[in-house]
Amino acid sequence: MSELKRTPLYDEHVALGARMVPFAGWEMPVQYAGIVEEHLAVRERVGIFDVCHMSEFRFFGFEAKDALQRIVTNDLSKIDELGQALYTVMCDEDGGIIDDLIVYHTGDLEYLVIANAANHDADWDWITAHLPETVEAVDESDRTGLIAVQGPEALRVIGELAGPGFVAPDRFTIAEARLGGIPVLLARTGYTGEDGVEVVCHASNAVAIWRLLLSFPEVQPCGLGARDTLRLEMGYALYGSDMDRGVDPISAGLGWTVALGKGDFIGREAIARIKEAGPSKRLVGLVVDDGVPRHGYPVLRGEAEVGKVASGTFSPSLRQGIATAYVPADLADPGTELAVAMRRKVSRAVVVKPPFVTGTSLSKASS
Amino acid sequence: MYPSDLKYDREHEWVRLDGDVATIGITHYAQDQLGEVVYVDLPSVGDEAVAGESFGEIESVKSVSELFSPVSGEIVEVNGALAGAPELVNESPYEDGWMIKVRVADAATALDGLMTADEYEAFIAGEA
Repeated sequence: MSELKRTPLYDEHVALGARMVPFAGWEMPVQYAGIVEEHLAVRERVGIFDVCHMSEFRFFGFEAKDALQRIVTNDLSKIDELGQALYTVMCDEDGGIIDDLIVYHTGDLEYLVIANAANHDADWDWITAHLPETVEAVDESDRTGLIAVQGPEALRVIGELAGPGFVAPDRFTIAEARLGGIPVLLARTGYTGEDGVEVVCHASNAVAIWRLLLSFPEVQPCGLGARDTLRLEMGYALYGSDMDRGVDPISAGLGWTVALGKGDFIGREAIARIKEAGPSKRLVGLVVDDGVPRHGYPVLRGEAEVGKVASGTFSPSLRQGIATAYVPADLADPGTELAVAMRRKVSRAVVVKPPFVTGTSLSKASS
Repeated sequence: MYPSDLKYDREHEWVRLDGDVATIGITHYAQDQLGEVVYVDLPSVGDEAVAGESFGEIESVKSVSELFSPVSGEIVEVNGALAGAPELVNESPYEDGWMIKVRVADAATALDGLMTADEYEAFIAGEA
């Protein structure tokens, strides 16, 4: 077991009294004030998250777009305009998901990819193995800081730090800005269902930006615990729980990230076959009557086990258990009655179409 | 944090004995480690509690843990308020957040082997 890595904000977390846990090879804060309190702070005001552990890769060159087009499933032609961003997955030849990513068109002939920390090495090896030599690839993970600022008041706080004349980047775009004079990139993206940005900065400036954000009394530092409950309420997939190498994007409910018509890409044939035939299982949302569903709990139809919980938690907004699970495609329709076998009891569960929680600041911002 | 009129076990439950009825809950330390309690799964009145064995489960957002009974006997009451307000375990672990009441066979020896408040504090200092 190698030593856990620490982000530039490690000392800040400890000083704030965070509970630190191992996550994907990193020592990360799981909570400060408490998961429910942090969760509600993001839904109602604004919370900040240390996501410096995530991977940042930069690709540059005349063939960068075409090369990345062959690696990811979504169509980079959707982000031909500078500053645009795109959520996508990348798959192996069998359609198995290697990771989910956001690709940002940060400059002429240049793309920034932000990917999961847990997959850093696998992603880097996979992408660089499939790049022509003419495309320059730089792993900027170590020298890049990333802080998510999320909630209905996030953009107001960012605006105050950016100063007069600040115009927030549009949803799913990225733009240069200065926060308290520090040069950053502001990406109008996130993983909470709330409006807000992810601040990309040099690692050496992460502490200064973190402290600037916390100088606002309404800003709540939030850990991985709240990040998980927030994303699951929105039905956002988590790599390792909701998808992995053993599942294709169609079954995972990510068919909208697959642009079969864009030309050839890795996994295209396999995914097209699955789409044509229809997947045998699908990832669905479950709302559970009683108790808290957890990863790995059996999902039942009557007495028979038909699947397992992929992600499960207690929803602080709904005050009840919610989950995702892979179930046979004929049991995937909303309203289907299933059950979750917990350790001491069986609880009724009903299939729903995520998001579990609606009416967030993001749904208002994008409507 | 650890009332001196209670006894404690190594699984972080407390017991208060009134006559032959033992009231059982979890300690301040346990609720703090769990974080916000969101669900408590308790047994039914009439069930048997066995010392050292699980009588229920407690769930926080992040985790699920067994509840262990420090004493043996018949369960004569369960705290129904926790079904609608599990946060009582965090807010008032020794009063409103109690979990079950157990009628013990022999009140004189029922709490033998459990820790005093001072011993429990030393125990968790060693765990931390």
